[in-house]
Amino acid sequence: MKTVNEDALQKNYITAAYGIRSWLLTRDHKRIALLYLISITLFFFVGGFFAVLMRLELMTPQGDLVSAETYNRLFTMHGIAMIFFFLVPSIPAVLGNFLLPMMLGARDLAFPRLNLLSWYLYMVGGAYTLYAMVTGGIDTGWTFYTPYSTGYSTTNVVPVVVGIFILGFSSILTGLNFIVTTHKMRAPGLTWFRLPLFVWSQYATSVIILLATPVLAITLALLGVERIFQVGIFDPALGGDPILFQHMFWFYSHPAVYIMVLPSMGVVSELVTCFARRRIFGYKFMAAAVMAIAVLGFLVWGHHMFVSGQSVYAGMAFSALSFFVAIPSAVKVFNWTATLHKGRIEFRTPVLYAFGFIGLFTIGGLTGLFLATLAVNVHLTDTYFVVAHFHYIMVGGAVMGYLGGIHYWWPKMTGRMYHEGWAKFSALILFVGFNLTFFPQFILGYLGMPRRYYIYPEEFQVLNVLSTAGASILGLGYIIPMIYLLWSLRKPRTAGPNPWNATGLEWLTPSPPPTHNFDKTPIVTEGPYAYEEKSANGE
Amino acid sequence: MSGHHVSRKVYVAVGLALLALFVLTVGIAYIDLGPFNIVVAMTIATLKALLVVLYFMHVRYSSRVTWVFVSASFFWLVILLVLTLSDYFTRGV
Repeated sequence: MKTVNEDALQKNYITAAYGIRSWLLTRDHKRIALLYLISITLFFFVGGFFAVLMRLELMTPQGDLVSAETYNRLFTMHGIAMIFFFLVPSIPAVLGNFLLPMMLGARDLAFPRLNLLSWYLYMVGGAYTLYAMVTGGIDTGWTFYTPYSTGYSTTNVVPVVVGIFILGFSSILTGLNFIVTTHKMRAPGLTWFRLPLFVWSQYATSVIILLATPVLAITLALLGVERIFQVGIFDPALGGDPILFQHMFWFYSHPAVYIMVLPSMGVVSELVTCFARRRIFGYKFMAAAVMAIAVLGFLVWGHHMFVSGQSVYAGMAFSALSFFVAIPSAVKVFNWTATLHKGRIEFRTPVLYAFGFIGLFTIGGLTGLFLATLAVNVHLTDTYFVVAHFHYIMVGGAVMGYLGGIHYWWPKMTGRMYHEGWAKFSALILFVGFNLTFFPQFILGYLGMPRRYYIYPEEFQVLNVLSTAGASILGLGYIIPMIYLLWSLRKPRTAGPNPWNATGLEWLTPSPPPTHNFDKTPIVTEGPYAYEEKSANGE
Repeated sequence: MSGHHVSRKVYVAVGLALLALFVLTVGIAYIDLGPFNIVVAMTIATLKALLVVLYFMHVRYSSRVTWVFVSASFFWLVILLVLTLSDYFTRGV
C-alpha cells in the first residue's frame, strides 16, 4: 500500500513541466484544479466588490452612494458572480478535481480532455458574463424573473444569460466526469461503502448537476427566445405564464443550493474524523443522507413560490416536502456531533472551519424550516430574513466548508504549510464577522425590511450599520487567508506526505503529488477513517 | 458504448423511421383531432426521442448503469412535470 517514491518527490505535478502552454493545455486534474482555484477566486472578489458597495450604501437610510438603478445592478451581479461563478463550481471544480481521482486511487479523471474543456467553458462563460457586467450590467436579480427580464429590463439580460448557459455545460461536463470516474476507476478493494464521504458528496452533487442543469439551460434559452423574438412563453401580455418560469428556474436553482452545500458536507466529514481521531459515526447513514438530500432537494422548489400565485394546494405539498429535507440534514449534523463526542479533538485550523460550518449550517437550516412554513412565509417572503437564511447556508455553510477544505488540503496541493496562528485567527475573525453581518439581517427581516431596496426607514439603521461593520470584519477574514496562503508559497516544501496523520489514499502520495499520483495502484483493505486503528498502532 | 458495433443498416433504418415520423407529424397537423391533437403529437415526439436514445445514443447496447441513469433522467422529467402540473391543475380550486 506504500506508494511514496523518492524520485517522484523530486518531480511533482507543478514542476513536471514549465511554461504557460504546459498549464493551458494540461490534462492533469490537479493542474486543472489550480486553474479553477485561480479563476473562481477572481470571481469571488468580483462578487465581493459588489457586496462591499451594497453594504456601504446601506449604512444610511437614504440613497447617498448609488442610485436605485445602480443598486439593482449591484445585487444582481453580486448574486450571479457568487452563485454561478463561485459557489457552484467552488468545491467540486477545485477540491473535487484535485482530490477525487486521488481518493479513488486513480491516476486522473475518466475524461481528462473533457475536464480541460470544462474549464475552458467556464472561462468563456465567465468572460462573456464579465463583459456584460462591465458594459452596463444587469438588474433583474440573479433569479431573472419574468416578465421583467423578458419584456421590461433594458440591461444586458441576453448576454448574461448566454454566459450562464455556456457555464452550465462546464458544470455538466464536470458532473459527468465525476460520476464515470467514481463508477469506473476505484482502486481494487475500494467498494462503495469504503469510499470517503467526500467522494459520496461529490457523487451526489454530480448527480444533481447532471439532472438539474439542463433544465436551467432550457429555461434561460426560453427566456432569450421570448426576449428576442417576442414569443409568448412567460409573459402574460404575450399569452405566457410567469409562474411557469419560476417553476422551471427553481427546479434547477433549489437543487443548486445542494450543489453548493453537499460538497461542503463532504469536506466537514473528512475534517471532523481527522481532528477528532475517530471513525465517522453512522457511516452508511451519512452516505445515505447525502443521496437522500440529493433526491429530496428536487421535490421542494415550490417553497420559493408560496406568494407567487401558485396554487395553495401545491404550496401545501411543497411545504410538507420541504420539511422532509430536514431529516437527512439533521442526520448529518447529529452524526458529526456524535463523532466529535469523546474524540481527542485537535484544534487545528481546518477543524475550526468545520465547527463554523456545523453551527452556521444548523442556524441556516432551522430558519429554512421557518420559511417552509406557509403562514410564516407570507410574512417573511422577500425580506432580509430570507437573505440572512440563505447566506447562513451558502456562506456560513458552503464557503466555510470550502475554506476548511482549502486549509486541510493546502499542504497536499502545494507541499507547504501556512502560518497556523494567522490561520486560526482569521477563522475566528471570519466566524465573528459572518455572524455580525448576517444575524442582524434575521431581525431586520422579521421586523419587515424588504430585500433589494437601497433605502429604508430610519429605525432600521442601527441593525444595518452593525451588518455593514460585520461585513468589513468578514472581508478581512477573506483577505488574511489570501495573504498567508500566498506567503506560504515562498516557504520550502516541507509539509511531507501526511502532515495531519490522516487516513485516505490521497495522503499516501508525496506532497505535492507526482503527475500520475500513484506509482503503483493502491490496494484498499479497510474502510475509511480507521483512526482508532491508527492510534492503536501508535501512529 | 460497450464496444457493440451497430451496422449501417440499423442507422439507415432508424433514420428513415425518423423521417417517416416527421412526415407523419406534419401531415397529422392538418387533421383536427380535437383534444387528441396534443396526445398524438406528443406520442409521435416521444417515439422519435426513444429511437434517438436507443439507437443513435447506443443506449440499447449499453450497460445497466447507463440504463439506470437514462431511466433516472426520465423519472426526473416526470417529477418536473407532475409537481408543476400539481400547481396548474389546482389553481383557483
